[in-house]
Amino acid sequence: MKIPATKYPVERFTLDNGLRVVLTPDRTAPVVGVAVVYDVGIRSEPEGRTGFAHLFEHLMFQGSENLEKLAHFRHVQGAGGSFNGSTHLDYTDYFEVLPSGALERALFLEADRMRGPRLTEENLRNQVDVVKEEIRVNVLNRPYGGFPWLRLPPVMFETFANAHDGYGSFGDLDHATVADAEEFFDKYYASGNAVLAVAGDFDVAEATVLIQRHFGDVQARSKPKLPDFAEPDIKGERRESYVDRLAPLPAVASGWRVPDPIGDFETYLPYVVLAEVLTDGDASRLVERLVQRDRTVTSVGGYIGFMGDEYQVRNPTAMLLQAHMPPGGDADKVLRAVDEELDRLVTGGLAPGELTRTQARMATHLLRDTDAVLGRALPMAVLEAQRGRPEMLNDLPRLVGEVTEAQILAAAATLRPERRSTIEVVPGANQ
Amino acid sequence: MSVRPLPNLIPDSKLKLPKQAERTLSSGLTVIAIRRPAVPLVEVRLRVPFGRAPLARATLLSQALFTGTARMSSIDIAAELQTVGGGLSAGLDPDRLLVTGNSLAAGLDRMLEILADVLSDPTYPAEEVATERDRLVDHIQVAQTQPAHLARTALLHRMYGRHPYAVQTPEAEQVRGVRPGQLRALHADRVRPDGAVLVLVGDLNPEKAIDSAEKALGGWIGPSRDGNVPPTPELEPGPLRLVDRPGAVQSSLRMALPAVTRTDPDYAALQLANMVFGGYFSSRWVENIREDKGYTYGPHSAIEHFVAGSALVVAAEVATEVTGPAMLETLYELGRIASLPPGEEELEQARRYSLGTLRLGMSTQAGLAGLASVFASFGLRLEHLVEHSAALASATREQVAEAAARYLAPSAAVTVVLGDAEKIEAPLSALTAVELAE
Repeated sequence: MKIPATKYPVERFTLDNGLRVVLTPDRTAPVVGVAVVYDVGIRSEPEGRTGFAHLFEHLMFQGSENLEKLAHFRHVQGAGGSFNGSTHLDYTDYFEVLPSGALERALFLEADRMRGPRLTEENLRNQVDVVKEEIRVNVLNRPYGGFPWLRLPPVMFETFANAHDGYGSFGDLDHATVADAEEFFDKYYASGNAVLAVAGDFDVAEATVLIQRHFGDVQARSKPKLPDFAEPDIKGERRESYVDRLAPLPAVASGWRVPDPIGDFETYLPYVVLAEVLTDGDASRLVERLVQRDRTVTSVGGYIGFMGDEYQVRNPTAMLLQAHMPPGGDADKVLRAVDEELDRLVTGGLAPGELTRTQARMATHLLRDTDAVLGRALPMAVLEAQRGRPEMLNDLPRLVGEVTEAQILAAAATLRPERRSTIEVVPGANQ
Repeated sequence: MSVRPLPNLIPDSKLKLPKQAERTLSSGLTVIAIRRPAVPLVEVRLRVPFGRAPLARATLLSQALFTGTARMSSIDIAAELQTVGGGLSAGLDPDRLLVTGNSLAAGLDRMLEILADVLSDPTYPAEEVATERDRLVDHIQVAQTQPAHLARTALLHRMYGRHPYAVQTPEAEQVRGVRPGQLRALHADRVRPDGAVLVLVGDLNPEKAIDSAEKALGGWIGPSRDGNVPPTPELEPGPLRLVDRPGAVQSSLRMALPAVTRTDPDYAALQLANMVFGGYFSSRWVENIREDKGYTYGPHSAIEHFVAGSALVVAAEVATEVTGPAMLETLYELGRIASLPPGEEELEQARRYSLGTLRLGMSTQAGLAGLASVFASFGLRLEHLVEHSAALASATREQVAEAAARYLAPSAAVTVVLGDAEKIEAPLSALTAVELAE
């Protein structure tokens, strides 16, 4: 089946203050998506301030130059829209989706906080409490909390930037100060370190005028130098386990380093496809072997980047395989079977049709995501920030379709046990 | 500091429904096809009425639906679907079996053929069923350690008593006893086209898509079975039910309040009252317990519709040490909305939000498919969006106040809290009568 593509138009320009802008108009539904991405994430937060990038994301919603606390939410939702933000390893995003008549309002709101959020002691303490509740909901009060995204990096990586807990310790969060926040904003939230993307129902000329009107006088500030987070690959297999007192059943996750997603995309992309060949659906290699035949796992997944954002992550990153096991499950047995399946793939190659059907399914996923205006605005903003290539979003289904069997086998051949880092969940509930 | 004015909104254009077609086949299957060609894909939703089906069997059937047909193994099914960029999965709720999927638009015919084979000629092979059974048992075990699941289970039990909706997840032991032959029997009895609705949305010609469905699914025939669920009982307020979870670092607060169906004349006003109270981020309750007091991360309140009845459910996870104060603020905000009319501006804000989210919800293929399928469960069509928008636009402040007084009064609530009883029983008892769950 021929893999179709999208042809979303892309207009790019840069304001005098360095803000990069990406516009992708589409008049098929009366809605508009606005995304602002700042080129800073978990990897850039200071030592002793784990969780700060995410905490700061919360503070960006707490009022700004012309807006009282709560006003941002009320103005977006009072315009019929929805909003959110999220913090990743290499970027932080803020976004709204609204009926198209609210575009100017969204631009006003984003520009206002780009000029300066209201960083007060009261708001800081309030959001530290809210973030702690977020961590309790997502990590501390539930089984498998933080598995594997918070648990595997410290096994795989050495440097603070790559290894630390991105949600943060309660101690570090409690010690965060307004001065820290001001410094973080000054350093990383410069207009030159940001990208604005707008997708959906608007006219390019009109939107350009509105963007100039609202963002044109945001003060220019210099962009920080992007640090190099690279570190050498591990020497020898690493394994750790921990007891999860809430988990009733065992689980295991392994990670292997992969090529630079930006600098060496051509070598990197086959790993993305390989992860799907191994784990996408009942006809994939590892589901067939581990779930159906051996019954050593109840589910298995494979993906790249600890947050599953394979086209929005910088070097270094990893390909992950994670599996949940039945009672008494044996992680060694699972890992041995994974090794066997990788060997079988490398020596025996792919079955007829195996690669093309995986690519077809990946195309469906990519296209489906772009059907939503934010499914274009957000990735385009990040692709601009990290690669200067927002239009790459249109190319991804085709690029995935061009990955060859030889590339897949070459990628699989690097997933050796001695390059693997593994984390095992020992169940602590009902024991 | 300079003062910049907030830009005005440009009023919304008239709500425009996409091109669509509908046909009921001789088998009794209704097919609705909706055109949204923005991306070259198709979304599929098939809803089969499944009310009152035996829970353990029905749940396993939904997990094992794609394990094999006379012509295809589970792997063949997955591979054949993948070949056209497709995927299908099934789920169960108290009213229906729901098949959800999508594929490249050019693969629609093939996907429908595979779906038809699964529906009309399933084999439920012993090996594959055993695998799915074990997986389901493990999933249930994991779910039973999730606070959200435990709180939900306790709330449903408290709300529905002996009504079929009271239990929506089977016990692991019950699932262990299900045999493949029972799945084949249940499938033959209940997975039937009569009364089922198939929704197709995407880059398609509606009439031609229905032709494709008719061709592919023509062989799926059989009589329907009465799956009507009796109306849900009225909520019976009483003491707060406390479920102990020793060592929990958070408490899960859950309340259920009465609500009305989507077509009730009170519904738009009730929806707006719920918004002002706690139905979205800019609501009184969320601003109070999250943005003012920092007790919680993601509190929410929403009206839930099932075929046999609707209810309004209020939910928050709060730190153990602030469980009492969080409950106090929740009761205060419910009491406030039930006793005083909302402000003009906050009502307008809630109204614009409600109208806007309708537009956002129908702006994607997946959103349209979900909406059309949900509406079909209640005998409604997309046109209902136009009527409901008009009702939201015209509901008055008095009507909203009246709905709030009738449905949101805290005295009408049933309440369940899951948490560390040793730490939270006393603070909760200071506010209301508390009974410990067994």
